[in-house]
Amino acid sequence: MIAKVWAIFRKDMLIELRTKDSLNAMLFFGIVVLVIFNFALEPVRESVRAAVPGVLWVAFAFAGTLGLNRMFAAEKENSCLQGLLMVPVDRGILYLGKMLAASVFMLLTEAVVFVLCLVFFNLTVWSEIPWLALIFLVGTLGFTSVGTLLSAVAANTRMREVLLPLILFPVVLPVIVNAVEATGIVLNTVDYGALRLPVTFMSVFTIVFTTVAYLLFDFVLED
Amino acid sequence: MGKSRLDNVLGVLVLVGVIVALYMAFLEAPRERTMGDLQRIFYFHVPAGMVGLLALAVNFVASVMYLVKKNRWWDSLAFSAAEIGVMFMTIVLVTGPIWAKPVWLVWWTWSPRLTSSLLLWMLYVAYLLIRNYVPDPDRRAATSAVFGIVAFIDAPIVWFSIRWWRDLHPSPMIESGGLAPEMRPALWTCAAAFLLLFTYLLRRRLFVETARQDVEMLSRRIEMLR
Repeated sequence: MIAKVWAIFRKDMLIELRTKDSLNAMLFFGIVVLVIFNFALEPVRESVRAAVPGVLWVAFAFAGTLGLNRMFAAEKENSCLQGLLMVPVDRGILYLGKMLAASVFMLLTEAVVFVLCLVFFNLTVWSEIPWLALIFLVGTLGFTSVGTLLSAVAANTRMREVLLPLILFPVVLPVIVNAVEATGIVLNTVDYGALRLPVTFMSVFTIVFTTVAYLLFDFVLED
Repeated sequence: MGKSRLDNVLGVLVLVGVIVALYMAFLEAPRERTMGDLQRIFYFHVPAGMVGLLALAVNFVASVMYLVKKNRWWDSLAFSAAEIGVMFMTIVLVTGPIWAKPVWLVWWTWSPRLTSSLLLWMLYVAYLLIRNYVPDPDRRAATSAVFGIVAFIDAPIVWFSIRWWRDLHPSPMIESGGLAPEMRPALWTCAAAFLLLFTYLLRRRLFVETARQDVEMLSRRIEMLR
């Protein structure tokens, strides 16, 4: 099973590394969001540190949606999806491979956007990095666990790209809320014990929705 | 399947039920000591919430059943329930702020209960949006059933994710028994009336939806014959 998931994952990574379609768009969009927030937060310059977690996760979520949109839109070109569906594996495997690929794209984007955020908002962060990495990881997995399923849902509609954020954001709101909270704890307090609750929550969310999506993916892709 | 006798009986029951409920809520129930007549909105706000949640549960069950049975009827039921559920949730979200402005002095606050109600409403509007944009009926049914299941599982998660926020909203008085005994008959009459209304609307909406699907299928068949 792991080999199969890996094969799907490798396929998506390979395509992405050759074309860099999604990554370029995600990165640039993340940066655009940061710049816009920089101006939006101008009046509250002094308390900007408190706003950074929110800014980061808005940028991550927007950039992530862009990447997820490409996930199945790209497969629809040249009937790639038909080919993919003919592969003799369980549809859940396709989901896991795609979800993994989407998570890696998002994490790469997050790494760059995060560094730029530190520069733009004049923050210095060293010892906090492992904690932030953990939060970004579980938050991203939570986001893509639902995101990959809903990306396939949106791909079934006439409005594909437009619809995904509309249906995805209400569902992933619990992840965003907890990710912002956790990031805020790391950046603005020293009480890391408080991290346990949001991080556990995001992990549970990821497990629940990965399972649900794994089981339901078959119905979304049916041709 | 036209308008059956059961529908007529239900229709009459709804009419009687609503009149009795209005009487109970506006005339029979005592005036609240601090809030005055304003409190009477509670008799509509709470039952609408109850029935709204029930409608969404019906949507969930019907969505699961559709994926298991692949019978179009379940899809129609899921759709009808979601539409009516959104309507009742809208009533909740509209009556809430009307009550809140004079009592809390704000229309809206991001308390757990309010936030999750809004999110729930958004989830099911998203469900209706999806249905709107999938032209093929079978694909529409499967896709929206998947989203219906995701939305219903998400609802309690949303609630638990923000539960520790400070809550201004009165806690459910029915559970804690904090509701004055004189107010209970009005509340339960209203709840019963809303439930009847929901059943009636659901049956009628289901009828319209199945008729629409039949027409859709017939027109497709004609297309193919051409």
